[in-house]
Amino acid sequence: MMEIGLSHYLTLAAVVFCVGVYGMLTRRNAIGVLMSVELMFNAVNVTLVAFARYVTPATVTGQVVAIFTIAVAAAEATVALAIVLLIYQHHRGINVDQVNFMKW
Amino acid sequence: MSALSLAFYALAFLTIAASIFVVTSKNIFHSAIYLILALFGVAGLYVLLQAPFLAAAQVLIYVGAVSMLMIFAIMLTARIADTSIRQTNEQTVTGLVVSLGLLAIIVYSLWQTPFPISDAPMPEGAGRTLGRLLLTKFVLPFEIVSVLLLGALIGAVVIAKKDPQRREPTMPKTPLPGATQEASR
Repeated sequence: MMEIGLSHYLTLAAVVFCVGVYGMLTRRNAIGVLMSVELMFNAVNVTLVAFARYVTPATVTGQVVAIFTIAVAAAEATVALAIVLLIYQHHRGINVDQVNFMKW
Repeated sequence: MSALSLAFYALAFLTIAASIFVVTSKNIFHSAIYLILALFGVAGLYVLLQAPFLAAAQVLIYVGAVSMLMIFAIMLTARIADTSIRQTNEQTVTGLVVSLGLLAIIVYSLWQTPFPISDAPMPEGAGRTLGRLLLTKFVLPFEIVSVLLLGALIGAVVIAKKDPQRREPTMPKTPLPGATQEASR
């Protein structure tokens, strides 16, 4: 059994990212789409922290970028869920294939 | 097999299985619960990668705040947890092909790339280095992120607030086509 290295973490992150892509493409529910986006954010964060651990262990720059990613993801989730609640108040439904009133 | 690789494989299995359940679960509330599990798995991976501060931030922000926000939104939008409503659109096959193709491309390219792996161990007190970097080299993005969070906070309040002064709705009040027939189903 080979030692756990950078490739293991990157492969794991790729798998989680692609699961998130699948969910984002196939979910009808807007909150389900948001959850898939959160999965993709987390996969990217694992990639950043793995690079910080294995490529530049002396400087922890990757972890700093991961902190910024977490902050931006939190802001995104807040605003997106507010929009979802607003759409629900107007339409009694948040399936993204029905919310197309911005399409001309 | 060493304890470290055993821990990695256990956490990897937990994270991948939970994320697959997140995207395939029929009940959206179950998806939220599995999302919490997947986020815990990622926090464990951060511990394995010697990033304890990020692991704590992950548990606090994602498991504590973002997942709770998701669950609140699910609770506030009634009937969407109903399993009789179809949760996936008709792009299941397309989505599967796209995501598997993307996975193949990513995995192939990353196993082909020679990464400059350094064998140097993580220095002691990486958390202290992290805090110092945030307030010296990265102080400008740090402040910008704080302004962004403030903006998101105010924006979320303004968007979600009911406006009693609004004269006519900018969006059609009638339920969308398809919403009614699914409700009566």
